[in-house]
Amino acid sequence: MQELRKERLDRGVKVRSESIYAISSLKEIMFIIGPGLLLAALLLILPLFVSSYWQGALKITGVYVLLAIGFGFLANYVGLVSLGGALFVGVGGYLSGGLNYFFDLPMIVTIPIAAVGGALICTILLLPALPLRGVYFAIVTLVYPMALSRIIVATGAFRGTDGLPGLERFPVGIGPIYLIFIVILICLYLLSRLVNYEDFGLVLRGVKDNELSIKASALHLTWYKIQAVFIAAFMGCFAGAYLTHLYGWVGTSLLAQDFSILPVAAAVVGGPGTIFGPLVGAFILVPISEAMRDYGTLRIVFYAIILVIFVVFWTEGILDYLKRKYEQFEHWVEM
Amino acid sequence: MNDESILKVKNVSKSFSGVQAVDDISFELSKGDVLGIIGPNGSGKTTLINLITGFLKQDKGTVVYNGEDISKWMPHKIADAGLVRTFQFMRPYHTLPAYKNLIPPLYSKRASRTGLGNLGDRDAVAIDILEDIGFERDTRVPFKLAGTLPLGYLKRLELGRCIALKPELIICDEVFSGLSMSEIVSMVPLMERLQEEGITLIMVEHRLRELFRVANRVIVLSFGKKIFEGFPEEVFEDEKVKEAYFGGEDTYVFK
Repeated sequence: MQELRKERLDRGVKVRSESIYAISSLKEIMFIIGPGLLLAALLLILPLFVSSYWQGALKITGVYVLLAIGFGFLANYVGLVSLGGALFVGVGGYLSGGLNYFFDLPMIVTIPIAAVGGALICTILLLPALPLRGVYFAIVTLVYPMALSRIIVATGAFRGTDGLPGLERFPVGIGPIYLIFIVILICLYLLSRLVNYEDFGLVLRGVKDNELSIKASALHLTWYKIQAVFIAAFMGCFAGAYLTHLYGWVGTSLLAQDFSILPVAAAVVGGPGTIFGPLVGAFILVPISEAMRDYGTLRIVFYAIILVIFVVFWTEGILDYLKRKYEQFEHWVEM
Repeated sequence: MNDESILKVKNVSKSFSGVQAVDDISFELSKGDVLGIIGPNGSGKTTLINLITGFLKQDKGTVVYNGEDISKWMPHKIADAGLVRTFQFMRPYHTLPAYKNLIPPLYSKRASRTGLGNLGDRDAVAIDILEDIGFERDTRVPFKLAGTLPLGYLKRLELGRCIALKPELIICDEVFSGLSMSEIVSMVPLMERLQEEGITLIMVEHRLRELFRVANRVIVLSFGKKIFEGFPEEVFEDEKVKEAYFGGEDTYVFK
């Protein structure tokens, strides 16, 4: 019997665009920027065509998307497995909520302050853990939100379990959706440029591949990790501040583990090879979770099943699979 | 050869939970020297390199580089001062194309200070460096993922990472080991060229014949102690060295 194997070859335009820029036609330019444009168009059109119930779900999806992108960036491009989603959301949320509640600042001021200031606070909190790698770093990031929520409950800071009520809220309608979607698009654009084309991004990818070589290249390893964590924390803290002003309330539920765990699942489903993967994963998982709201905690089971299926049978993830199909020919050749 | 001292290692010791890996080693290195460090497996060669380059902290002793005590410096600061190293077990950024492996060093402050880092397009500089050190025979190789490169290229890539920093002193941890004869033959001129460019070299090696072509001084380590220092020709005249390598018998060595 004749044996065949599948051969994969990169499309010419991919090869040419990867290293040296020799793009000659509009068609090739579209090949490269097309997927990004399509994604942007989808995100911008989607809110117009969904019911008001699902508009609410889209806002929550947006929050998780930002966390998932941040997780994917740190895990796949810097080598830091961060379960700090809850920490970022909590710090960002409490910061913007606190500023609004105690100082009566409007949210147009509190959200940017919370995003930048919160990212600073989170980075400083994680500083001692930065020399750690892999699961050890993950454990530290997981412990912080737990500890913070216990501290808030025990000391009654920020009014303890009651939380801070009556905060300024976003106006009803699709405006807030566009706010977070546009932030997502900007983050995606900047991050994918960073990791694919910028020398700084290459250094970060070097940190993931090989910390010792970074040190031997006269680069301050921890400084680069600090900057990477700051970027991810910035997105997470913005998401937290957004959530605060979405609900008009701040409480310890902002430090819940959901914000840490779901981004991991989203990144697994989406695939590790791109910045966009976690976004796709979050857009699949969060609406599913929303649709199964009636089943209560049972939806965790569905989650777990999806996660197991992907981890065991399709580790590549959705977007990496699509990317491969998009960028490569496949054909059968004789062995 | 001028007598200006570039590196002084004074009474450096390091033990790992009771095992004395490096025991009271001292030596001095002048600018332009090529020092070979040899010794049986486990004699502390790599540990000594790690101590000099800051990847390990010594228990005792000092390392003086260009007149400054660098014993307590972080590895990146030592590299920034121009004392760089290769790794015995190559450490490429395996998910990046080969030439992108040189971007991190070119991005460093030292590279922009010494010139290669601020020539504009770092990609082009990286490819130039790679072609200069033996990637020129196949123009596709620099674009392949570093994780897929054969050993010989990885060793060169390690050297390329050092060269991108325009170093004053390179410590090579077994650049010849694991290479085929023809790869070694093409590697020796590269080392000689580095020497001609005025770069001081410390080479830790097991391939003695090739090492002695390049080195003008040799240190022999055994169980963490320096048992010999002198010219390459004298090494195997020395009784202690013979004992360390061959258990004291008079053996035909290498030719």
